[in-house]
Amino acid sequence: MKTTVLVKLATQSIMKNKMRAALTMLGIIIGVAAVIVMVAVGFGARSRIRAQINNLGTNMIVITPGAAQQGGVSQGAQAFPNLSIEDVEMIRKEAQVVTAVSPVVVTRAQVIGDAGNWRTLINGVDVDYQTIRDWQTSSGDFFSSDDVDAMRKTAVLGKTVADQLFPGSDPVGQEIQIRNVPFDVVGVLAPKGQTASGSDSDDVVLIPHSTARTALSGRTFIPQILASTASEGDIPAAQEEIRVLMRESRRLGAGDAEDFTVRNQNDLAQAAEGSTKVMTMLLAAIASISLLVGGIGIMNIMLVSVTERTREIGIRLAIGARGSDVLTQFLVESIVMGVLGGLIGLAVGIIGSKTLAYFTGWETVISPVVMLVAVVFSGAVGVFFGYYPARKAAALHPIQALRYE
Amino acid sequence: MSVIRTNQLVKTYVTGTNEVHALRGIDLTIEKGELVAIMGTSGSGKSTLMNLLGCLDSPTSGSYDLDGVRVETMGKNELAAIRNQKLGFVFQGFNLLPRTTALENVELPLLYDRSGRKLDTRALAVAALDRVGLGDRLDHQPSELSGGQQQRVAIARALVTSPALVLADEPTGNLDSRTTIEVMSLFQELNEEGVTIVLVTHEPEVAIYAKRVVEVRDGRIVRDEPVKNRRSANKDLFELDERSAA
Repeated sequence: MKTTVLVKLATQSIMKNKMRAALTMLGIIIGVAAVIVMVAVGFGARSRIRAQINNLGTNMIVITPGAAQQGGVSQGAQAFPNLSIEDVEMIRKEAQVVTAVSPVVVTRAQVIGDAGNWRTLINGVDVDYQTIRDWQTSSGDFFSSDDVDAMRKTAVLGKTVADQLFPGSDPVGQEIQIRNVPFDVVGVLAPKGQTASGSDSDDVVLIPHSTARTALSGRTFIPQILASTASEGDIPAAQEEIRVLMRESRRLGAGDAEDFTVRNQNDLAQAAEGSTKVMTMLLAAIASISLLVGGIGIMNIMLVSVTERTREIGIRLAIGARGSDVLTQFLVESIVMGVLGGLIGLAVGIIGSKTLAYFTGWETVISPVVMLVAVVFSGAVGVFFGYYPARKAAALHPIQALRYE
Repeated sequence: MSVIRTNQLVKTYVTGTNEVHALRGIDLTIEKGELVAIMGTSGSGKSTLMNLLGCLDSPTSGSYDLDGVRVETMGKNELAAIRNQKLGFVFQGFNLLPRTTALENVELPLLYDRSGRKLDTRALAVAALDRVGLGDRLDHQPSELSGGQQQRVAIARALVTSPALVLADEPTGNLDSRTTIEVMSLFQELNEEGVTIVLVTHEPEVAIYAKRVVEVRDGRIVRDEPVKNRRSANKDLFELDERSAA
C-alpha cells in the first residue's frame, strides 16, 4: 500500500471517531503546549538577562582584581585593591585593539541637592566611560577630558538621583554636595533601567576619577577597569592584549597566577544565564512527563481500537492484506494522532505563551528549534506507544478475527 | 485446469489433549464455470473446508491446488497475495467496513494489490458496483443500505479483482427470503458470465439454485451430484412478483 493511501486511511479512521481521537490527542496537546510555554518562559527570561547584560555597554571588557595568593591561601576577587590608575594609563597607551578604557572608582556617599539628600553610588570614571557603556545624556553633557585632567568638581547624575534631588527641575547648572564638597552638575544620564542582578543602574553619580581620588577620600581603590573595542570581533584579541600587558607590568613569570581577571560581556551573560538554564530544563522536564502520559493515552486507545476493530482487521486480512499492512496502518494511525496532537499543541502553546506574556508582562521567546523538536517528539511518542497495539493487530489470525463478535 | 483440486485434505485441531478431526480426507475438484453449493450441518466440517479453500487456513495434510497453484505449502504473505489475486469472499455478515462508503469498500482489495500492475482502482470499483446494480449508491455507507444491498456491495468487492473463484459463506444467512432469491439470481447471472462460484450453505432452498451440490458430514464428502430440478432465481422472482401483484 502506498504511504499516501495509508495516511488517508489513518486520517479517515481518526475522523470516524472524532471525539475519542480528540480526547486521546488531548494528552499530547497538553504535553506539547506545556513544553512550548515552559521553554518560552525560560528562553524569555534568558533573553531578558542577555538584554540587560548588553545594556551594560557595547563590546565591553571588565578587568577586576583577581584572586591574590598569599602563601597558598587564595583570597577572593577584590580582596586586594591591586588595580591602579597606572594600569589604566598603561592600557590606554600600550594597547592597540582597545579603543576606550576607564577606571571605575567606587564610593558610597550622601549627596545633598536642592530638594533633599540621597545616599547613592559615586563612580569616579574617565570620559571614555560614556563610550564604553554607550550611555547618552538626556540633559546637559558628560564631563570633558579637561575636567578629568584638571580634577574639576563636575558631576553627571543618574536619572534616579536627579529625580530625588531635583524633582521637577533640570539639575544641569545646579550644585550638589558630595560629602560636603560642592560639585557642578553638568549633565543628566538617560535611564538604563535594571541591571541583571536587579539593582537600579540609574541610582548613580558619575564624577571624574581624578576628582574622586583626590577630593573625596584619601584612600581610593579601583575595583574595576572597563575597556571596549571598536567591534565585537576584537574582544578576544583585546582581552589577550590586556592580559599580556597586565602580566608584564606586574612582572609575572610564565607559571605565576594572575592577580586580576579579564572578562567580557558574554562571560557575564553566561554566568547570569546559568540558573535560568537549569530552571528552563527543569520546567521542560516536568512538561515532558505530561507528554509521556499523553503517549500512554494513545497506547490505551489504540489497544481498545484494535480489539474493537478486530472484525475490520479480519476483513482486511481476508481480502489480501498482509500482517505488515495492518501493522503499518495502525502505526500510521498513532503517528498521525501524535503529530496532529503535536501540531495542535504547538498552536495552543504559542497562543498560551503570548497570552501569558500579555497578562504577566513576562517576556516569552518561542524558538523554532523547540517547535520542531516538540512536533517530532510527539510523532515519536506515536511510534513508540503505537507499536505494541499495532503488533497485536498484525498478529491476529484472519479466521478468528472474522468470527470475533 | 481445474479451479480447485484437493487431494486427501485433512484438518485436525488440537486443543490440549483433545484432537478434533474436522476434515478427514477431502477429494474435491471444481472446474471453471461451476456453481457449487457445499452443504452440511453445523459441525460437519463445511466451515473448515471453506477456510481451507479460501486460503485462510492451512491443512494438516493433503494437497490443494487453486487455479493451478499449489497453496498448502505457502507462507502467510504468499497466502495473503493468493487471497487478494485469486479469491473473492462473500460472508454471511456482509463484513463491510463500517462508516466507509460502498465505493471505498469495493476499492479496498485493489489497494492491497502487490502485483505491481497499474490499476485504476476507482474505475474498477465503480464498474463492479454497476455490475451488481448499485451504480447509484457509490457514496452510501453500509448503514444506509439494506441487507440485500450490503450483500451486493460485498459481492462487488469479491468481483472487483476478477478472481478465479468467488467463495460465499452462507451469503443469504442474514437475508429474508425475497432478498435471498435476489442475491441467488445475481450469483446465477455472474455464473452465466463465467464466474466460478462456491457457496457454503445449510439451506436446501439456496442450494437448489446451484448446479452441483457437495454434502459434507463428519469431515467427509457424503454426496456429490448435479442439482436435480435446478431452479432459476430470476424466474422465481418473477413469479413472486406476479403473486404479490395478484
